Amino acid sequence: MQIKNYSAFDIIGPRMIGPSSSHTAGAARLGKVARKIGGKGIQEVTFILYGSFAQTYKGHGTDRALVAGVLGMDPNDENLSKSMEIALRDGLKYQFVLSDDEASHPNTVKIIMINEEGHQSEIVGASIGGGNILVTEINGLAVEFTGEYPTIMIRHMDKPGVVADVTHIMDEFEINIAFMKVFRQRKGEDAFMIIETDNDVPKKVLEKIRGLADEILHVYLVEGL
Amino acid sequence: MNKDFMNGNDLLGRCRGEAKKIWEVMIEREIYISGKSKEEIMGYMKGNLEIMKSAIKRGLQEDIKSVSGLVGGDAKRLRKYYETNKTLAGEQMNKAVASAMAVLEVNASMGQIVAAPTAGSSGILPGVLISAGQDFNLDDEQIVQGLFTAAAIGYIITRNATVAGAEGGCQAETGAAAAMAAAALVEMMGGTPEQALHGASMTIKNILGLVCDPIAGLVEAPCVKRNAIGAANAYISADMALAGIQSIIPFDEVVDAMYKVGKSIPCALRETALGGLAATPTGKKIQEKIFGSKTQN
Repeated sequence: MQIKNYSAFDIIGPRMIGPSSSHTAGAARLGKVARKIGGKGIQEVTFILYGSFAQTYKGHGTDRALVAGVLGMDPNDENLSKSMEIALRDGLKYQFVLSDDEASHPNTVKIIMINEEGHQSEIVGASIGGGNILVTEINGLAVEFTGEYPTIMIRHMDKPGVVADVTHIMDEFEINIAFMKVFRQRKGEDAFMIIETDNDVPKKVLEKIRGLADEILHVYLVEGL
Repeated sequence: MNKDFMNGNDLLGRCRGEAKKIWEVMIEREIYISGKSKEEIMGYMKGNLEIMKSAIKRGLQEDIKSVSGLVGGDAKRLRKYYETNKTLAGEQMNKAVASAMAVLEVNASMGQIVAAPTAGSSGILPGVLISAGQDFNLDDEQIVQGLFTAAAIGYIITRNATVAGAEGGCQAETGAAAAMAAAALVEMMGGTPEQALHGASMTIKNILGLVCDPIAGLVEAPCVKRNAIGAANAYISADMALAGIQSIIPFDEVVDAMYKVGKSIPCALRETALGGLAATPTGKKIQEKIFGSKTQN
C-alpha cells in the first residue's frame, strides 16, 4: 500500500453523521456502493453482519446507516438517522442477519439485493476505519478497492482489447489512473475492471465506456470519499 | 517546489525560512497536493466551520439523547450552570468545555459533525476554537486559519503516529484533537509557530497513556467527558505556551513517545470495550442492557 498523501480535509473531515466513522459513516458508504451494484429499483435488501458490526450495530446506528446508503444517502445526510422510516415509505424491504462466522475484518457486511426486475446481486465489504471502506467481493467475484478515490467498476467479458479501449478513453479525458486491477472468474468469462482515479469522473466518460462494445456489461461509478 | 513537510521540525523550518505561520504553510501544502485554488480550499474549510457551529448550538440548546440513551443533555446542563453561577474554572473555560461536549452529544445522537480528527474526538477543536473566537472577537477568517494550523498538527500526528483509539488509545485520539486545538489557539492569539508546537507537545504530554475504554463499545461514555477534559487541556497548554513556557521534549519526540506508548497499551484498553470503565460492574451492566439480546430486525 502506498503512503497516503493526507489532505487537510482528511484530518478536519469528513463531514458525517455520528457517532462513529467506522460503524456509521463507513457503513453508509458500503450501502451506497451496494446500491450501485444492485441496479435500478432495489426492492429487498438483506444485510449479513459480521464481527463488531454484528455485536454493536444497534448502538452505533450501523443499521440505519446501511439502509441510508442503499437509499442513496451520503454519510453526511441529515436524514440518515431516519432511513428506516424512509425505507418503509418508499417500499424498500430490509432485514438484518447476524453471523457468528469469522470475517477477514471485524467490521464486515454482506449486502444481498433484489431489484425490480427480480435480479439478485451482492457485495461484501468492510469498514476499515475513519470512514474508509474496502470492498472485497462483488457477485461472488473477489475484488479489492477502497472507495477512497473515485472508482470506476466495469463488468465485462474477458476478451483481448477491452482494457486498452477503456484506458484510451481515460487518456482522452485526461483522467489519471491511480490504481487499476482486473479480476475474472475464468478465462474468457465474466471479469471486473476496477479503476481508481485521481480526478473526478464526468458522466460522459461512463457513457462512452458503456458504448464501447458488447463486451462491456455494466459500468458503475463510486465517487471518492 | 515541494511544499510538503514530514514532521514538526520540517514544518518549523519552513515557517522560519519563509517567515510564515503554520496555517499559511499548511494551506500552501494543500494547494500543492490537491491542485485546488486557495479560495476553494478556504471555502471548504469555512463550510466545515459552519457545521461545527451548528453542532455546538444544537448541543448547548436542545435536549439531546444518544442512540443508546446513555448520554445527552450534559452540555446544556453545564451551559445553564456557567450562565447563572460563579464557576471555579471561569466562564470562558466552561464555555469551551460545554461546547466540546455539545458536539460529542450531537455526534452520539446521529447528528451532523465534522470528524476532527475522528468522530469520537470531534468536540474538542470546534469547542475550543469557536468559544475562543467569541471571547476574543475573532472573525471566521481567523478561525478558519486556526483550523489549518490544527490540520497541520493532526497531519503530522497521523503521518508519524496514529489518531485512532483502536491503535493508540484515547491519548492518540482525543490527545491529537487537543494538541491540534492548542496549537491553533496559540497562533490565533498571536503566538509563534514554535510556541504553537510547544503548546501541542504539552497537551499530549499531559494525557500520555490515556486508555480507550468506551462503555459498551459506543462513542458515548466516557467520550463526551474526555472531550471536555481535552478542551480544558488545550486551553491550559496554549496559555502555558503563550506565557513562554516550553516543552522540554520537542514535539516530534513527544509524538513518537505517544505512538510507542499506544503500541504498548494492552488490546483490552484500545477501543475493544474489554477493559477499563467498560469492564467495571456498572459498565458491563449497561452493555448487557443495550446489547443483551441479539435480536434480528
